[in-house]
Amino acid sequence: MVLMSHGCTRQRRRTAVLLLLAATTLAAAFASLLVGALPIAPAKVWSILADGAGDLAERTTILDLRLPRTLLGLLVGASLGVGGAALQGLFRNPLADPTLVGVSSGAALATVTAIVLGDVAVAALPALAPWIAGRWFIMLFAFGGAMAAALCVLGLGRGMATSMLLAGIGINALSMAVVGLLVFASNDRQLRDITFWTMGSIGGAGWPTIAAVAPVVLLALLLILPCARGLDALTLGEREAGHLGVPVQRLGLTVVAGVALAVGASVSVSGIIGFVGLVVPHLVRLCAGPDHRTVLAGSALLGAALMVAADCIARTIVAPAELPVGVVTAFIGTPVFLWLIRRKRSDA
Amino acid sequence: MRRPAVLALALLLALASGAAAAAERIVALGGVVTETVHALGRGAELVGVDRTSLYPAEVQALPKVGYVRTLAAEGILSLRPTLILASADAGPLSTIEQLERSGVRMVRLPEATEAAAAPRLIRTIAAALDRKAEGEELAGRLDRDLSSLAAERAVRPPGPKVLFVLGIGSGPPMVAGSHTAAEGIITLAGGRNAISGFEGYKPLSPEAALVAAPDLILTTDQSLAQLGGAPALLARPELAGTPAARAGRVASFDALYLLGFGPRTADAALALAKVMAEGPP
Repeated sequence: MVLMSHGCTRQRRRTAVLLLLAATTLAAAFASLLVGALPIAPAKVWSILADGAGDLAERTTILDLRLPRTLLGLLVGASLGVGGAALQGLFRNPLADPTLVGVSSGAALATVTAIVLGDVAVAALPALAPWIAGRWFIMLFAFGGAMAAALCVLGLGRGMATSMLLAGIGINALSMAVVGLLVFASNDRQLRDITFWTMGSIGGAGWPTIAAVAPVVLLALLLILPCARGLDALTLGEREAGHLGVPVQRLGLTVVAGVALAVGASVSVSGIIGFVGLVVPHLVRLCAGPDHRTVLAGSALLGAALMVAADCIARTIVAPAELPVGVVTAFIGTPVFLWLIRRKRSDA
Repeated sequence: MRRPAVLALALLLALASGAAAAAERIVALGGVVTETVHALGRGAELVGVDRTSLYPAEVQALPKVGYVRTLAAEGILSLRPTLILASADAGPLSTIEQLERSGVRMVRLPEATEAAAAPRLIRTIAAALDRKAEGEELAGRLDRDLSSLAAERAVRPPGPKVLFVLGIGSGPPMVAGSHTAAEGIITLAGGRNAISGFEGYKPLSPEAALVAAPDLILTTDQSLAQLGGAPALLARPELAGTPAARAGRVASFDALYLLGFGPRTADAALALAKVMAEGPP
């Protein structure tokens, strides 16, 4: 990613970076439709998309499997990327990531509760069984848990960055303690379901899932992206930003609410996917500088691209089996993360 | 009773004349499903199996579509199956739904943790494969074996108390409570599950093991290897004080053979009964 050209103004460079990231995201999305366990020639993929050609297995693979999971990958990746960027700005801490505001662990707590107590509920009221076995039960629980955790963080921290950060850490610790208790109480099958969820996957996406997640993520982007100016001012410190006329508390509330919505919706459908929110904003800042107008939008784009690319790897590398996508993002993200730490140290 | 022989002959003639059921491309999800397909003589039509399908040995060369509970739809469809046989364990649900929408014929099988389930499973798979006659023969033989086991149990004194132990990674081993396949096979062999206080599998605690006072410790070959062999297992602090450990009584069998509740269930129960009958050496 070398974008230095002499005489290039900062504004032009920002535009160039964003355009390049948008192109990368598009390329990743197209690649995601073309690769997979079932070999289908690119020309055939287009004719399936255009007028439903191909046999049933091919049509199912493109329209019912690859297309929804590509779109979900874009939504989840964008949420994690922009969530990480917004929180790193708000907490003025380069190591912040979307898990810090408690939504992931809140979702995990609710999901594990749903998995373990779902069986108990079915035993008590067999009429509930079809609904509890369905996908919406876990997803609604997870989203509810994410929102409850976010409300606790917002309520305890009242929009002040440091208090919200500490509240998030507290909520995380509490959630994980309860998760530990439920894991102990779980049986063999439940334990495997829990493990699968915590490794993350976007393979189960269907059109109803996309329809449920997309509006929430778009709403969250509408909340977060306009906060760029405020986050820029915040780099000077909370008091200084206040003197510049930035409503610091409202900014904090808006950012955390937006991140909670986006990441909460994402985690509910994909499980926990690590490192995207932590690493992506750093890479964008490396290419385009610290201006939040670029960092927020760029992190959404690069997060989306990285997520879709990781999913392509996850479903081709061990075909006809599939890796959990969270494992792939961690494999890509960890070396980058360590390299960033090393760079920071040499800067200091 | 010459009917089976006549049936077999008729079938051989049918096969020879090429009038047998059309060849399928079968993906089997679940070790016991794969084993049953083989037992029904249709193993050659398997094009893919899950990671728990380890018996018979030749299935290990087939493409693996992942672990039975974390399957992916596209990988399965990429094998171009005409029939998907899914055990009750197969999942996640989203993948099963995607496979159902793909139009490929899929048969989902009921859960099996008790003796009665094994012949039922064989008949269901045989019907799906259009092999009702072979299914009837195999299931009938199993029914008879299970009946003679039941007759044995009725006249014998209650068997020894058996503690089933499962190794999972590090940490304490898990023991089988009620409503588990382990309890099913122990009961079938005429023994009693030493644990009765809970359902499913729970980590073993020293007090619980002492209270359970098992006469025999039962485990799988895979767990025994993981736990470091019989002497290491018996030396564990949770187990060292039990009658089984003092008498040095550990039995282990292949996991699928012992807990699969498939065609070899009666064999497994007989083998276990034999070990239990040996008494303290």
